[in-house]
Amino acid sequence: MRGNRTGAWIKVLWSGSSLLAMDVTGQAAKKEVSKIVNDEVSSIEIKVLLFARARELTGVPDLKLKMPSGSTTKKCMDELVIKYPKLEEVRSCVVLALNEEYTTDSAIVKHRDELAIIPPISGG
Amino acid sequence: MSSEENNLIEILEEGHKVDIAKYIDYVTAPQAGAIATFSGTTRDTFEGKTVMELRYEAYVPMATRYLSSICASARSNWDIHKIAVAHRLGPVLVGETSVFVAVSSVHRGDGLDACKFLIDELKASVPIWKKEVYANGEVWKENAEFLEKRLELAETRGSLVKKHVAGEHKRSCCGSKVRVQEDEDHTDIAGDNKE
Repeated sequence: MRGNRTGAWIKVLWSGSSLLAMDVTGQAAKKEVSKIVNDEVSSIEIKVLLFARARELTGVPDLKLKMPSGSTTKKCMDELVIKYPKLEEVRSCVVLALNEEYTTDSAIVKHRDELAIIPPISGG
Repeated sequence: MSSEENNLIEILEEGHKVDIAKYIDYVTAPQAGAIATFSGTTRDTFEGKTVMELRYEAYVPMATRYLSSICASARSNWDIHKIAVAHRLGPVLVGETSVFVAVSSVHRGDGLDACKFLIDELKASVPIWKKEVYANGEVWKENAEFLEKRLELAETRGSLVKKHVAGEHKRSCCGSKVRVQEDEDHTDIAGDNKE
């Protein structure tokens, strides 16, 4: 009986230290998870649409662009010109539209926004 | 196609021609004493070059949205009944209609003024582009109306706006390429552009 009780205590102690170990590991694991979550949140993805001359210069009508969270439309454009240097030709001519509305250089893009690169229009 | 409050807005897929009668029919109403229309057609020459065709593309959802908004503006400025606006995509041959606007109103003054406003605003802000195709080349056109309006569209933008405001009124952008004023390209059926 005594043995059993000792055994029980040992079990408790053992599981106690396991718990302790787990707890330390748990904390580390939590930190790891939260770091991953933060990394995902700090980067967003937008859809970019290219029209007319801009599309001809890049060769694609649309693409996905990953940007740091809080980026401006101007920064997105900068990134596009880095990826597609030929876009420099129209850089100063284009206006931008965010989610189907004309926008400014300083507008902040959000995850899953749609950014359109709009060269001078010629409808009608 | 979007139809709200008596507006018919259609961006026609490649190969679909403008059915003018359909749009005139749409705006016709017993209470309207006037129907004003504008038709933009592909002209055969530009600055001595023979034009073979115009090719159109559009950011369709945004174009539809802006056309609706322009119709709303027209309604707030003039007493009009119904509006129909149609724009083709794809190739539009010489002589064919690429854009059509029809407005009905009780009295002709409102209709004619609203009609002019609608095509002017379309050329200034609706995201549609055309490429002019010649026998030996092609060029993307740029509407002067847009280049002027861009200052408004980008009102709160910083340095880019200042650059354009400070300089002389630019007739074209992206300097190295041939660009010209848009207005002369079309024969107005409603009246001479140059008047």
